Formats: sequence, structure tokens, C-alpha cells
Amino acid sequence: MSHAVTEAPAKPAPAKGKPALSEGKRAERRLGLLLCAPAAIVMIAVTGYPIAYSIWLSLQRYDLRFPDERQFVGFENYVAVLSNSYWWTAFGTTMFLTVVSVAIELVLGMALALVMHRTLVGRGLVRTVTLIPYGIVTVVAAFSWFYAWTPETGYLANALAGESAPLTQQWPSLWLIILAEVWKTTPFMALLLMAGLALVPDDLLKAASMDGANAWQRFTKVMVPVMKPAILVALLFRTLDAFRIFDNIFVLTNGANDTSSVSMQTYNNLIKGLNLGIGSTMAVLIFITVAIIAFIFVKVFGTAAPGSDQGGRR
Amino acid sequence: MAIGGAVTTGRKARWALVDVIVVVYALFPVLWIVSLSFKSKETLSDGNFIPREWTFQNYADIFATNEFIRPLINSLGISIIATLIAVILGMMAAYAIARLDFPGKKLLVGISLLIAMFPQISLVTPLFNIERELGLFDTWPGLILPYITFALPLAIYTLSAFFREIPWELEKAAKMDGATPGQAFRRVIAPLAAPGVFTTAILVFIFCWNDFLFAISLTSTEASRTVPAALSFFTGTSQFEDPTGTISAAAVVITIPIILFVLFFQRRIVAGLTSGAVKG
Repeated sequence: MSHAVTEAPAKPAPAKGKPALSEGKRAERRLGLLLCAPAAIVMIAVTGYPIAYSIWLSLQRYDLRFPDERQFVGFENYVAVLSNSYWWTAFGTTMFLTVVSVAIELVLGMALALVMHRTLVGRGLVRTVTLIPYGIVTVVAAFSWFYAWTPETGYLANALAGESAPLTQQWPSLWLIILAEVWKTTPFMALLLMAGLALVPDDLLKAASMDGANAWQRFTKVMVPVMKPAILVALLFRTLDAFRIFDNIFVLTNGANDTSSVSMQTYNNLIKGLNLGIGSTMAVLIFITVAIIAFIFVKVFGTAAPGSDQGGRR
Repeated sequence: MAIGGAVTTGRKARWALVDVIVVVYALFPVLWIVSLSFKSKETLSDGNFIPREWTFQNYADIFATNEFIRPLINSLGISIIATLIAVILGMMAAYAIARLDFPGKKLLVGISLLIAMFPQISLVTPLFNIERELGLFDTWPGLILPYITFALPLAIYTLSAFFREIPWELEKAAKMDGATPGQAFRRVIAPLAAPGVFTTAILVFIFCWNDFLFAISLTSTEASRTVPAALSFFTGTSQFEDPTGTISAAAVVITIPIILFVLFFQRRIVAGLTSGAVKG
């Protein structure tokens, strides 16, 4: 990948076979490459090289506490991680959190999108307050939930959980993590869906209601099909984003009681354990998982990549 | 509306009720942390939603120590510098994507999309080691670089969506009058693009301001630790004091810029977030 781009600016403009390009066209191509080069170089330098490097590190035994034992071990780290129950617990937890929170967000987000799109009163107000969860620092919101559900400081723990401390038990913790995640990201989902909602022609809805379709039928038979591309893009974005969940878990439980996600596990191995080999292996595994999820979305569901009106939409 | 009935008071009232639900939903956790930040140490654990005793003590405490001021400066400096650089680089690339025909365009869009969806933790591991070796670990540039990288896709998408809306003809006219493509970019398109650029800057700033994973992994001292990362190291005025009040106060302080952006630029932020996603 990095190869192709670093080479691109060097590629001279003349196209094979076609008649020679006009001076203006050549200048345009040169300018285009020139303008893109800095952004491309930064992105490649900060991601391309580290990715290759982490694959290299993942094939080594490399623990910063014992640097002398650094050694090439092939796939030993992968065997170690993949046969470790902690990893699979974290993987299962992450998958569970991802699927459940994205599903809830889709339903709530759709409702919120409809409200933002159609409300007769206070549209500006609704849109403004909706942006607050989107914009607020995740850690700040997480602390708010943390204190709310901690018996000593919390109104919610006192009101709803009685004497128990929900954040010290596995399942209550998981649901609270989902609550925090859903609260924070539903507005983003809603905004993406609202953009899709704006594409549904009013005439179509009117025609459907003339034909006797009720509100639910209009929603499922008219709106959802028209919005399908927007829904898929929103789902893709949110699924990949949810899969890397870290902030909320870090603050709410710090991974205690089997609530750790794969990102938390990687962080713990790296920063606390200083084990670069294992940390890199986990990083690569997460990367592969995300690639598979994206692949499924694009190939199976036919999600169009946004941002490329020429090539992205199939 | 689709049914075509008149807008009755009843329907308005129903929508108003829905609005109230949304407002409560959005503000509840925010108000709770605000409430905690104003509680005195004695009433901190009374669990009351509204403080019984109001005090500014927590705010006075955080602004009295370097524990908060230094991270706040780091947060501001790092986010602003990263935003500036990302928006400038993104502007150049987005202009090229929206307006010019050149080889490698699809590749660039594809790479941006990949990075936007990339699991950040996968980069933390190698960056941690690379930055240690280069001496970038626990420095401002050590955070600014990954922030720019992850902000660039966002900037490129949002900006190219805005740039497509700009009337082509003006640029052509400028070129007819003898301007080079470069001049057309600086003199004609850039001023027209200013609102879009501003919106993008807000979105990018929010992204940088929000980051926690890089901030906590690639820093180790107050030299570059940003507020979200510093919050979890707060100890209160003395080491043995419960930091709930001070954490809450600091959390409220770093929420203020977000609230201001949202209040003043709601329309633009909504436009920015939705334009990139749909028109693409």
C-alpha cells in the first residue's frame, strides 16, 4: 500500500496510447498529486510503517522487562494468544458489546433521526442537545456514569440498585457499559440516518399514504428501502467503532470481572505488561477482525464506501 | 405531515413531549457531573441530584495545581496544532479530490476510508515502541502526529463534500481570466470554502479533544498528558483525598468548549456530519 502511493507522485503524466495530454490537463494532474502528497505521506508514514512494524514485532518474543531475551519466534505469540482463555473472554465480551450496543443504537438512532427530521416544535433545540452526547469527551461522560452507579456518590445506584454495587459485578457492568456507549453514540447514528431520511421524497410518502399504507408500512416499505445505503454505512461505521471500545470500559470497570475488551487487553499487555510481542500480536488480530467485519459489510450487504462518487458506489 | 392534516395543538403538544424526552436523555449525565462538581466535600456522597450546598471549592482546587493546568494547556495546544495541520493538509487534498482529475485519486480516498475505520489500538502498540526509539514518546509531537493521521480522513471527507457544493463556474471564470489552477485555488475557492473549512475544523478539534487511548498510551508524565488522560490520575488536593469533586470539576471545564461549539454552530456541525456521509 505504501509502495503504491509513494510511487504515485513520481509517475509521469503521459498516458499510454491516448493522445498527448494538453498542457492544462498536465498541470491539473501535477497540481492534484502535489496537493494530495502531504496528506498521503502523513497518513502512510503514521499508519503504513507501524502496521508493517507491528506484524514484525508480533513474530518475536519481545518483552521490555527482559530485552535480552528478544528472539524471532515465528507464530508462537499467535499460538499463545489464541490458546489463552483471557483473550477469548475479551473477544466474546467485545463482540457482545458491539452487537448489542449497535442494535440498540440503530433502533434508538432511527427514532431520534425521525424526531430531528419531523418534529413540529423546537427542531433547533432538539438538534442542539443531541449534539452534546456526540461532542462530549467520552471519558467525562464515563465518569458521570461511573459516579452515578457507584453507591457512595450515585443517585442511580441508590435509587435503582439498592444496596448492591452494580459496577462490581460482571453482567450489571456489561449492561452499564452498553448504556454509556449507547448514550454517547446514538446521536452520531441518528445524524447519519437523518441524512438518509432527507433523501426520502415526500411525494413518495404521500403517494403511499394515498394507497392506504399506514405509518408502519410507510416506514418499512418506503423509508427503509430508500434509506438502505445510509443505514448500512451508519452500521458499518458504528460497528467498527464499537469494536474498538476502550474509554468507557477503562473508566467504568477498568476491565475487572471479565468486562475487558480486546483493546483493553492489548493496552494492558503493552503499557502495564510491557510485552511488545504479545501486544503486537493482539493488535494484528484486532486489525484482522476489523478487516473481516468490513469485508462482510461491503461484500455481503453491499455497503457502498462513502466518499467516492466515482468508484465507491456499486 | 404526510397525512396532510392541519397542524393541531394536540400534535404540537405530542412533539413537544417527545422533544422533552430527547432533551432529558441528552442532558442527564451532563447535569449529574455538573452537580457533583458543585457539591461540597461533605455532601459529595449524599447522592442528591441537586447539590444541597453549592461551592466553587472544587474549581478553585483544580486551578490551584499543576495537576490540571498543565494537562489543560497540553490539551489545548495539542488539539489546536493538530487541527490546524490536519485542516490545511485536508483542504489541499480535498480540493484536489473534488476538483481535479489525477491518477491515484481513488487510492487516496480508499486509504482515508481504511484509516477512518482502523482500530486505533492496533497502532498504539507499534507507535509506542517507535516513539520511544525516536524520542517522541511523551512529547507534544508524539500525540499531534497520530491525531493528524486519524483526523485527516474526517477532514478530507467533510471538506471534499463541502468543496463539491462550491460553484465550478467561478473557478473557470478565474482561469479564463488567466489564473493558474493554483491561483484559482487561493483566490477564488479558498474564500468560498471558508465556512466548510471552519466546520471541519470544529469536527477535527472535537475529535482531538476527545481522544483518550493515544493520550494515555503515548504519554507518561505531565509534559504531554492531556486532560482526558490526566483525569484518571487525579488525586485531589492531598493524596488521600477522594478525587470525585476535582475530577468532576475538571470534566466540566473540558466540556465547556464542546457546549459552546454546539450552541453556536449546531447547524454547521449537523451539516458537516451529514454531508460527508451521504453525498460522499
